[in-house]
Amino acid sequence: MSQTTEQTATAKTIFGFWVYLMTDCVLFASLFASFAVLRFSTYGGSAGNELFSMPYVLVETMALLFSSYTAGLGLLAARRGNKRQVLGWFAVTMLLGLMFLTMELSEFHKLAVEGNSWRRSGFLSAFFTLVGTHGAHITTGLIWMAVLLAKIWQQGITSVNLKRLTMLSMFWHFLDIIWIFIFTIVYLFGVNP
Amino acid sequence: MTRSENNHGTVRSYSVGFGLSIILTLVAYYAGTHTIVHGWTLLYGLAALAIAQLFVQLVFFLHLSRGSESRWNRTALSFAAMVVAILVFGSLWIMKNLSYDHEHLPSSYQNQVIVKDEGYQPSNH
Repeated sequence: MSQTTEQTATAKTIFGFWVYLMTDCVLFASLFASFAVLRFSTYGGSAGNELFSMPYVLVETMALLFSSYTAGLGLLAARRGNKRQVLGWFAVTMLLGLMFLTMELSEFHKLAVEGNSWRRSGFLSAFFTLVGTHGAHITTGLIWMAVLLAKIWQQGITSVNLKRLTMLSMFWHFLDIIWIFIFTIVYLFGVNP
Repeated sequence: MTRSENNHGTVRSYSVGFGLSIILTLVAYYAGTHTIVHGWTLLYGLAALAIAQLFVQLVFFLHLSRGSESRWNRTALSFAAMVVAILVFGSLWIMKNLSYDHEHLPSSYQNQVIVKDEGYQPSNH
């Protein structure tokens, strides 16, 4: 395949991935809509202002925001062809992603053992579904990242790996954007009923 | 800077986006956890900050530009934004109306609300 044909094919693949992200947006929109409708339906149980610890959520938010930045720096390193920097920046991204995921799961665990699981009220069902779906996306992203980093480790930054890394970064930035809205609508609106 | 570098971003553009995102997050956090403004003003303000950060990240992290090379990306994004708005605001609108029956309020009050919002006159039995 000639250089320009390959570039056109790559551009089309990346646009296709963008369209996937837009449909994922619609999935999250339906979960946000359910949450918005059910956020006062606590069935006599605790509401967000009694359940959420805002400094904790801010640390989670910052971890994800930093990881979005390091993923961007990793992609720039890949465009320069610097394999060591790519592996380094994405290792940092993975660590921050793991930190975010661990904090989220420990928050879920704490809520559940205190009797505020998804079975408690409509509000908590919507909360666990929305935040949990985001967490499932983060988990997928981390597995994808681990597999792709192993490939880059072995094969170096080939044009195929660069294309995959571009899509992975888009996915990761997208998840950070979704989190901005979870941070605002679930947490900041939740503590200001 | 060549066009292709421009399209993929630079360390500087990522850093600007990152800095702006941090500022917007901290402002939202401060406003949300300290009582400076209340009620709807606060909620609209927080929503505005979130939307501002959405645009910052779209431009600086996802390199969505005004140029012709990302025209179809913008088209797909606009359509998604429309679907998102219909889903979220449509659900809230419909469910607000349906929730009259779940309010456990005295029926006289429910009738008042229905008369006021829907212009419906219940018959007296």
